[in-house]
Amino acid sequence: MTLLRHLGAAIVVALLLAGVSIQLGGYRDYQMAEVAAYVTAVAGLTLLIGLSGQISVGNGAFMAVGSYGGALIMLHLNWPLELVFLAATVIAAAGGAVFGIAAARLRGPYLAGATLMLAVALPTLADQYAGVFGGDQGLTTSIAVPAFLGATFPPTRWLAWVTCACALITLVLLANIGRSRIGRSWRAVRDDEVAAALSGLNVARLQVLAFVVSAACAGLGGVLLAVVTGIVAPGAYTLTLSIGLLTAAVVGGLGSLLGAVWGSLVLVLVPTYLTNVAASHGLSGAASSSVPIAAYGVVLIVVMLAFPAGIQGGLRRLFGPAAPAAAVPLNALRRRRPATEHQEEELHEKTT
Amino acid sequence: MQEFLEFTLGGIAIGMVYAAIALSLVLIWRGTRVLNYSQGGMAMFTTYVAWVVISHTGNYWLGFVLALASGLVLGGILERTVVRPTEGKSPLNSVIVTIGLLIFLEGLAGIIYGGQYRSFPVAFSVKGLKIGSVALGISTSDLFTAGAVLAAALALAVVFRYTSVGLRLRATAFSPDVARLLGVRIGRVLTLGWALAGLFGALAGVLVTPTTFLYPNSMDAIFVLGFTAAVIGGLDSPVGAVTGGVLLGVVLSYVGGYLGSDLVLVYGLVVLALVLMVRPTGLFSAATARRV
Amino acid sequence: MRRPHRSSLAAVAGIAAVALLATACGSSGSGSSSSSKLTASAPGITASTITIGSHQPLTGVAAPGYDEIAPASNAYFQYVNAHGGIYGRKIIYKYLNDQYDPTITSTVVHQLVLQDNVYAIFNGLGTPTHLAVVKYLNQSKVPDVFVASGCECWDNPSTYPDTFGWQLDYVREGKILGKYIEEHFAGKKIGYFYQDDEFGQDGVKGLNYEIPKSQVVAAESYNPTVTNIAPQVTALKAAGAQVVVSFSVPAFTALLRLNSLKLSFAPQLVVSDVGSDPITLAGLLESFAKQGGATVSGNALTQGIITDGYLPSLGDTSNSWIKLMTMIHSKYLSKLPMDGNVAYGIAVGYTFVQAMLKAGRNPTRQDLINAINGGLPQGFAVAPYAYSSGNHNGITGAYMAVIKNGALSPIGPVQVTDTSPTGPITTYSKAQPPAPASGIPSP
Repeated sequence: MTLLRHLGAAIVVALLLAGVSIQLGGYRDYQMAEVAAYVTAVAGLTLLIGLSGQISVGNGAFMAVGSYGGALIMLHLNWPLELVFLAATVIAAAGGAVFGIAAARLRGPYLAGATLMLAVALPTLADQYAGVFGGDQGLTTSIAVPAFLGATFPPTRWLAWVTCACALITLVLLANIGRSRIGRSWRAVRDDEVAAALSGLNVARLQVLAFVVSAACAGLGGVLLAVVTGIVAPGAYTLTLSIGLLTAAVVGGLGSLLGAVWGSLVLVLVPTYLTNVAASHGLSGAASSSVPIAAYGVVLIVVMLAFPAGIQGGLRRLFGPAAPAAAVPLNALRRRRPATEHQEEELHEKTT
Repeated sequence: MQEFLEFTLGGIAIGMVYAAIALSLVLIWRGTRVLNYSQGGMAMFTTYVAWVVISHTGNYWLGFVLALASGLVLGGILERTVVRPTEGKSPLNSVIVTIGLLIFLEGLAGIIYGGQYRSFPVAFSVKGLKIGSVALGISTSDLFTAGAVLAAALALAVVFRYTSVGLRLRATAFSPDVARLLGVRIGRVLTLGWALAGLFGALAGVLVTPTTFLYPNSMDAIFVLGFTAAVIGGLDSPVGAVTGGVLLGVVLSYVGGYLGSDLVLVYGLVVLALVLMVRPTGLFSAATARRV
Repeated sequence: MRRPHRSSLAAVAGIAAVALLATACGSSGSGSSSSSKLTASAPGITASTITIGSHQPLTGVAAPGYDEIAPASNAYFQYVNAHGGIYGRKIIYKYLNDQYDPTITSTVVHQLVLQDNVYAIFNGLGTPTHLAVVKYLNQSKVPDVFVASGCECWDNPSTYPDTFGWQLDYVREGKILGKYIEEHFAGKKIGYFYQDDEFGQDGVKGLNYEIPKSQVVAAESYNPTVTNIAPQVTALKAAGAQVVVSFSVPAFTALLRLNSLKLSFAPQLVVSDVGSDPITLAGLLESFAKQGGATVSGNALTQGIITDGYLPSLGDTSNSWIKLMTMIHSKYLSKLPMDGNVAYGIAVGYTFVQAMLKAGRNPTRQDLINAINGGLPQGFAVAPYAYSSGNHNGITGAYMAVIKNGALSPIGPVQVTDTSPTGPITTYSKAQPPAPASGIPSP
């Protein structure tokens, strides 16, 4: 039932987006494609952090794995596009499994540190094995508009359609996983690991599975982004990307798929908007090009302080408590143990 | 053999800088259970303060002292204004806030000082030292760097263990509500923790910037390695921070020298992975009991 | 009925002929009194403006130094705008920050082409960044002129007919430096120090075409994100290198110098023009001149570095091109240092104006491509451009120089070559034509 409901919603949204893309065209199509690619990656990350309680500042590395995998397949084998995407997802999932197993015993900041180093170190392999990965210049990717759409179909619109379709499929699958037994098991492990273990859940396996799922989403997002921008190079997979994904997940609303959408919109649109505002005030040139940067930092801080539950949480607060509780109850992530009875009661109230 | 000696000493010298960043991260983590992603940005900003002072007065030590002082002030102000509201909420809120702070500080530095490289002076000479005719590969400034960081680490360890301020810092991190019940002014302690971390970050900044040149993103790479050093050593341990820093510095120096510069970061990951697989909470962390 | 018709026909023909003549006469020259209309002949061109775009690293780790180039080009464009523009049109130069990240490059270039409707992309900076957009620009038939990168990849007229390089490419430079080393340091041990991307790798390729393999004792690469290069310098010293050829950016040239000092290692440095700007280097090293009691001084640390140059030396104050640069700098760029990056920006801006003037009064995008394919006069460069329909490389040669008292001092004639392994390096003895008195090229 849930699956049908999600599918139905997805189809409606798909039709809407197709209409919007035809209406807006050109650059907006390109931005839509970018947002869709990020939504795919951020959705996996928000699931990892929000549902299974593990932090990752390194999903940019899995995006790199997926995009390099996809680019190499496109370069050397002549597979159809869907197979390329699928293969990239699987390759990235494998990477997630390897990392998840290695990092199974890590918690909190130690896990964060490991993912941080992963994000920084993995792209340098492209420089080390330049023969395969194209070194600093990277590999180029391109997709052609299929013949049945006609010769005048704009390439940017095709990009938008392909990426949005993939993003919607990912969201439907993740929504289902979230509501399934696995999703509930993740929440159990997140809220109280020891109790979950005592109830018979295999904590380590669940945590590795969460990493695999988020890495798969990141890999798909990566190959989508590669196809949109046309290049896969180490310079595109800096720590800034991983931090951007994390920011999008938290600012949008942790644990919420809709939050992933808000967060990706912020990630893609706000910096451009701030740059245009700065330019229209006559600020161009080197020193003042830092103004949009500083402003973006302020935006992050303000949004976080004003909406501690992210944009989705803020919307929920504004538009009433009737919305289904899919987001993470924040107190579940508190590291401080409630020291008093009063606080324990508070905690209990908020999680039910 | 000469090469090996130079690699080792050079590695220790840079490792001390990682240790300084690691110390400030440990300080904030031990004191407030927050991971401060803006530590590098704060260090960069206070180094700009030092640079301005030195350019105008020509006095290095005045700039040095004022950088440390501004680190204290900056840390305290940031905690009070921006980090305090995230107290008690999800730890990820403070992560995003500190990330936002980092971006803001880098942007602000770009606006005020512009993006170009500034040359930053060293404390003493940059000429290599020799014992007899054997070149050691380090300079007097490197010795000063190592000495300053060690002294700071020692001071921090002493403060944590033997003073009441240190006790309050540790109590606040361990159980803020019990500490509050026992009369500890939590707010002031948190601010103090951040202020001290700002001081350590500032120290790291002025010590390392001569070799990275000063520009808004100069501390980014140093921060990543300092963070890794802190994780290797254990986020609760100042001794761990120094050990992690030196270990990382030396290993990466050997890798860069014998294997090639492209592999440096990969081997950093390898070292981290090896340490964490054996001890998931770092080398020097105390084992935490898991309460049911 | 016919007779009046024939005479009116003749009258019409006569008036038409006069009108045509007037148009022809009026359209030569700067066109202020011309009778032919300025039309919106291409995207980005209106009756009064030409809009061009670029992607530049204005913030981030690649920004220091490079963030001066676009403002410098813009300063030259403002000068031209203030003196009649391009046939009366003003140049609007919209350069966007890509933070040296190819993903952002793709985004801003799509914005420039699809939303801002620029006529051309000018001086896009960086190899990995520009590679992200070169296919897109050629597919969309947007002129992609004077890429700010020395990669050979822009010389590909069959695949990328709308893309042109400008600066001396790294392979050519490697050959010219290599020949100098082969001639002047025969028998000495040579060490390479190079950035681990196509800048360093192409440079080393060129060096290896000229320097005998037996002389090269070490080849150390560095990654620009890792500033600790002590291991590499130690390795160069351990190999006994007496001459170190460095394909490095200024920050790493300075670090090479400092680390060598620390290791008591004093080889002869030969540095690529990318990393040898004397003013930038002196700025990076000046603090080490000021420390108490030490005898190292900023200038002394750059003294004696051998390098090459493809623009006139900034120390040659009597050169007409340098005078033009100095005038532009003092009028529009007084907040920036008058260094190699500013010189580069003004020089490439000048070349663009040359190309636009050649493209005609109401140019289409193809007109600009044809103009460059037809060849351009030298302008600021000391050697000719290679531009033709079969070659999209820019400057073909440089002169060897040594840094003396903070400026480049030529130590040899201008030498030109090609990018092939065996192509000869020949002297180019034609003197550089002087700058136009107005500072604006003639059409």
